[in-house]
Amino acid sequence: MSTPNKTVKSPARSGRSLLILAVILLGLIVTAFVQGASAVRLGLDLRGGTSVTLQPRASNEANKITSEAVDQAVTIIRQRVNSLGVAESEVTAQGSGTNRQIVISVPGDSGRRVVDLVGQTAELRFRQVLAESAGTPTPADSSTAATPADGVVADINARYAALDCTNPANREGTGADSPTETIVSCSREGGAKYILGPAEVLGQQVSEASAGMDPSQGVAWFVSLTFNGEGTKAFGALTNRVTSLSSPQNQVAIVLDGLVVSAPRINEAIPSGNAQITGSFSQVEAQDLANVLKYGALPLAFDRGEVQQVSPTLGADQLNAGLLAGFLGLGLVVIYSLLYYRGLGMVTVGSLAIAGGLVYLLFLVLGSTIGFTLTLAGIAGAIVAIGVTADSFIVFFERIRDEAREGRSLRSAVETGWQKARHTILVADAVSLIAAVLLYFFAVGGVRGFAFTLGLTTLVDLVVVFLFTKPIVTILAGVKFFSSGHRLSGLSPKSIGMKPTQSVATLEA
Amino acid sequence: MAKLSGLGGRLYSGETSFDFIGQRRRWYSISAVFILASIAALAIQGLHLGIEFKGGSSYTVNKSGISVEQARASVASVDIPGEIIVQKIGDSKIRIQTGALTTSQSKGVENALTQTFDVAIESIDTQIIGPSWGKEITKKALYGLIAFLLVIMLFLAMAFEPKMAIAAIVAVVHDVFITVGIYALVGFDVTPATVIGFLTILGYSLYDTVVVFDKVRENTKSVAAVGKITYSQAANLAVNQTIVRSANTSLIALLPVGSILFVGAGLLGAGTLKDLSLALFIGLAVGTYSSIFIAPPFLASLREKEPAMQALAKRVASRGGASVEAVSSATAARPAISPSGNRGPRNQPKRKGRK
Repeated sequence: MSTPNKTVKSPARSGRSLLILAVILLGLIVTAFVQGASAVRLGLDLRGGTSVTLQPRASNEANKITSEAVDQAVTIIRQRVNSLGVAESEVTAQGSGTNRQIVISVPGDSGRRVVDLVGQTAELRFRQVLAESAGTPTPADSSTAATPADGVVADINARYAALDCTNPANREGTGADSPTETIVSCSREGGAKYILGPAEVLGQQVSEASAGMDPSQGVAWFVSLTFNGEGTKAFGALTNRVTSLSSPQNQVAIVLDGLVVSAPRINEAIPSGNAQITGSFSQVEAQDLANVLKYGALPLAFDRGEVQQVSPTLGADQLNAGLLAGFLGLGLVVIYSLLYYRGLGMVTVGSLAIAGGLVYLLFLVLGSTIGFTLTLAGIAGAIVAIGVTADSFIVFFERIRDEAREGRSLRSAVETGWQKARHTILVADAVSLIAAVLLYFFAVGGVRGFAFTLGLTTLVDLVVVFLFTKPIVTILAGVKFFSSGHRLSGLSPKSIGMKPTQSVATLEA
Repeated sequence: MAKLSGLGGRLYSGETSFDFIGQRRRWYSISAVFILASIAALAIQGLHLGIEFKGGSSYTVNKSGISVEQARASVASVDIPGEIIVQKIGDSKIRIQTGALTTSQSKGVENALTQTFDVAIESIDTQIIGPSWGKEITKKALYGLIAFLLVIMLFLAMAFEPKMAIAAIVAVVHDVFITVGIYALVGFDVTPATVIGFLTILGYSLYDTVVVFDKVRENTKSVAAVGKITYSQAANLAVNQTIVRSANTSLIALLPVGSILFVGAGLLGAGTLKDLSLALFIGLAVGTYSSIFIAPPFLASLREKEPAMQALAKRVASRGGASVEAVSSATAARPAISPSGNRGPRNQPKRKGRK
């Protein structure tokens, strides 16, 4: 039934396919060795760490979300994260154009600081205090409780009276204060509220910031600022003007992201271009604030889209569970194939082993080339792929059996079965690939990890089926154990359900 | 096992045959009932969305000997809005889920938990999702689903034929409805991992359908020319011939998924692995059903409407073979499909020259 030259050619072609596969495997091993990649890079959910996804938000007219602004924000956030000194921290923008999120991932358990550090807009402003009172709302009828300063419009005054700084919602740093306007604001602790004049010195006029401690004052940490030329002049003028005024208007409020950090009384003009921010800072807080101020304010305000914190214990648990599920799944598939396909099952086992090896090597190589990290969702994707890969063997084997049932010799059944199975496998794998690619582009975070491994393993499946499974089966078809339809070969006439008369025909062919 | 593959041989030759196509009205009604039930469940109960979609915070404390009551009291001491769900996971874990919190509220909860349970703040696993983020995720998931269906339909129309693409997509939509319905009915949490599961299922369900349709296409290529059997009968033979394969691929796909579910639900208690594999598990079952009982009959319904196929059905009927409508039982179908000693597929010209 099959043309002679086909059967003559096939083994040679099979040898070539196996050779190509060996070259690919060897190439990957050498690449991994050269790159010095010895372990798969694990995602934060498998080794513990913090990941924060930030969504840009236009806080006022001045800062629209533009592509440049997002880029700039990434740079500043990266500097802030690097100031923590944690190895392998990552700051990336995901998505495209202005619809981008910034994803920050920091391994280990220093994550809690990261969350505070990266989310802050860190818009620093110096404003003159116009009025100050306790942080509780003032009853509407007793407008005497807060003495409005000159030049404060009634609208601001009403907002000031109503402001309740004991409500935590009013103490969320927003960074939304407009520098040119008079604003009402709470202190960070909520104990006091203020009416503040327009900003006179801005954060971008700070050239240096560092944390320090004054032992004579007890263990009080502060942040020292040095202004640039412009800032020095502005700060000198501001302090010079307010010293002669009466309290509370002789105070200058240091406003960070719309909240008053401190509002010291100015006793004399400060022309030196230096200032200190005091507050009840701990050492870490002072250092982080200094870092944040040093690298400048973010050009955009950010909402925290997602914060995920995984302790190393949970990470290890998840890694173990993922690996256990993988081995269990693989084991079950191997047992099933051996029971059902007998000798051909060995081909399945071999193919899965090759596929597993390829995937592992690709994880290694991609880890050091494109920074691929394996996450729990990724492991799940790889396990699911065991099924997809095994499916393509089944499609192939069942096709061979179909052809054998039609009365073909094994050798010819393998070739014609392959011709037909190939189309099915290609179409089915293409469907998987399309799913993976679309998932990758539409999804964010963990889902992308799943999509990536699913796509990768589908490609590996194609490579293995074409370069290993098919050639091996072709070669085995020439081995007596299989071609004679041995009871354990998985191709015995009985196991494929042929009548004895037909099996004689198979043997003769 | 050997018995099963023996059955495979009999199914292949048409010796044993189940009438999948002829009884399509029955399968359609069963599915219609399920889909209506799903829509009702969706409308009445709705989906139980995880915090990833609606915004909220989740804190997991890992310490042996802690109780749900302790955790509830601890969190209740902090003034936070909304419903608080406290769950015990495994032996030593407590998970607390709240609505969307502000930064300071979230810190308050963490502080309360560290004090109550005397654990380091670093050992609490937290997940905080902003309210607008959930909308973003939902939007992306929907876009992904729609794009997937469109691209797959185009692809299948090119790889097979347009009517096969329509039938495949009908089967997939059927799967989505029923799976989502089961989620609404039972009240399983829907998380992004569940959505990944759904989308993967679509791929799987299509894989099964592709395998069946490939055989249908092969069997029906020359039905009109041979004129011995109708399109439906040829398609039914294809389903019978591939059923062992479908059962095998589904079972083999189910084995790894089952082990993820076992490990995810049994050992970890909750999270990505459980959500993902649960969706896969349910969807695989539904997908296997639809690739046998929905997609091929639907395809046959579509094709039988074509004048050429109707003419064929008439010709077959006038020859004395059983017409499609008359075929109702497995035994009645047999003579039409496999005249003794002259089996269906053999009647077709061998495709030696096919590339």
